[in-house]
Amino acid sequence: MLKQRLGKRMRLWVKWVILIAPVFAGCLISNATENIDPQLDVSHHECLRCHGSNRYNFVDPTSGESVSLKMYEELRIDPMQYSKATHGHFGCTDCHSLDYEIHPHPISVKFEPTYLCMDCHGNDERFVSFNFETIENEFNASIHAEHLIERFSCWSCHNPHTYKSIARKAENISGTVAYDNSMCLGCHGDISHYAVLVDRQPTNMLSKHDWLPNQSLHFRKVRCIDCHAQTNDELLVAHHVLPASKAVRKCVECHSTNSILMASLYKHLSVERRNEYGFFNAAVTNEAYIIGANRNYYFNLISVILFVLVLTAISIHASLRYVQYRRRKNEN
Amino acid sequence: MHHSGMCNTEDEKMKIKKLYLYPLWLRIWHHVNAVLMILLIATGLSMQYSDPAYPLIRFDIAVKIHNIAGISLTASYFVFLAGVLFSSIGRYYVVRTEGFLTAFINHLRYYLFGIFRGEKSPFKVSEENKFNPVQLITYNVIMHAIAPVSFLTGWALIFPETIVLNVFGYSGIMLTSLVHSIAGFFISIFLLIHLYVFTIGGNPTSNFKSIVTGYHEDHS
Repeated sequence: MLKQRLGKRMRLWVKWVILIAPVFAGCLISNATENIDPQLDVSHHECLRCHGSNRYNFVDPTSGESVSLKMYEELRIDPMQYSKATHGHFGCTDCHSLDYEIHPHPISVKFEPTYLCMDCHGNDERFVSFNFETIENEFNASIHAEHLIERFSCWSCHNPHTYKSIARKAENISGTVAYDNSMCLGCHGDISHYAVLVDRQPTNMLSKHDWLPNQSLHFRKVRCIDCHAQTNDELLVAHHVLPASKAVRKCVECHSTNSILMASLYKHLSVERRNEYGFFNAAVTNEAYIIGANRNYYFNLISVILFVLVLTAISIHASLRYVQYRRRKNEN
Repeated sequence: MHHSGMCNTEDEKMKIKKLYLYPLWLRIWHHVNAVLMILLIATGLSMQYSDPAYPLIRFDIAVKIHNIAGISLTASYFVFLAGVLFSSIGRYYVVRTEGFLTAFINHLRYYLFGIFRGEKSPFKVSEENKFNPVQLITYNVIMHAIAPVSFLTGWALIFPETIVLNVFGYSGIMLTSLVHSIAGFFISIFLLIHLYVFTIGGNPTSNFKSIVTGYHEDHS
């Protein structure tokens, strides 16, 4: 009886396993392709099947065997991020060689020339508002271009597969700061990336900025380039990165009504210098408060008036007391 | 500060009685508090009105002094609070409701009008009552409301991660700074009036002498 019951239960389990297993297996096998954003052009799917995953499979043409290899981080592209990137609507072979359609890729593609911003955006009237020519000049004058020459290009900071032109429309300043600073810290905070470009140990960013009061607040609220790049009226984002010795160190350059942050981090929001509630540099006050830069015109006015009234009242009171004192003295 | 002001005659000097009202610890606390307050006001103003062209105190130095003075003032405040709660000076800060409003109005009237007519102060300083009704209200408001608001918001600004990020669309740090500046402004105004009212005594310097020597001079 017991044997019969166990046998029945076992058969039920086997049935379930047989039914469910293919569903699980299907999920596992198709995992790589499921990651791919359905909004992406079908032409991407073939590339992202491998480049969107941590591992990739291919058939070794010599042995005919199926091989599974690690996809190195530098060659991996997050399909979700790519679909949302500024250049996410491009097909892979719009920028990369058609030879990439051969699998495994031939060795010659390693030496394909890389497009830079100016190859597409240079001298093109459609992109006048972005001032790419000025950006190029500013970049060429920067410490990065000066010291790292061929090793440093637009793509060293702006990952072509994930880059978003966030500063143009960002209402969320903290998000812009985190996004922009991650570009700098990608090298300056990561020795493996830094070592690719420079033959020395990277500087410790925290101890180097020890002098900054409320260091973590500054790091969260201000971009590296706000102190380390020279602003240019033509550009929304400064690209002339300066040597560390020329970085802003005077607090009042930000902490005053003429705050340089209004020409950099808050430039796209700073249409007015004072809003209807009287705050100087009002664009800042939704997310931050900068001592000295965010004075309120009306509070200033009221405080000065009250201060003068108190001093006047004291002067009148003291004068009348003196008159009364003189009168009493004369009477005596 | 309880008499009509500028009487310096020999006759009046003869009548002076002395009351020991300000023990040494209280005087030391008062002077430390005064120095810290002045430092805080000066550095606070310098930061609030910072301008690269006209630096009053260099910004980073002003920040350091302001923070150190603010932290010290908090410690000093708790010395004062312990004094009020656990020593005999606490009785001076108790407001008795019976007849207080009338006494307050009478004293205000004396400050605003009576003093110019040579009237005597309606309040008599004694060992039981050190502060006249106007002083009593002012000191209580400053020491038990405005000063705590000022150092609590100050501490929050030293540790801004403790502040709520967004309050109805405005930065929590901005609102905290605003409350801190307003509290600082009221303390500055208090300081001005306090210094002036201190000249209303047996003679213009007698109250200043009292807070140095500890003895209140009774010129009645």
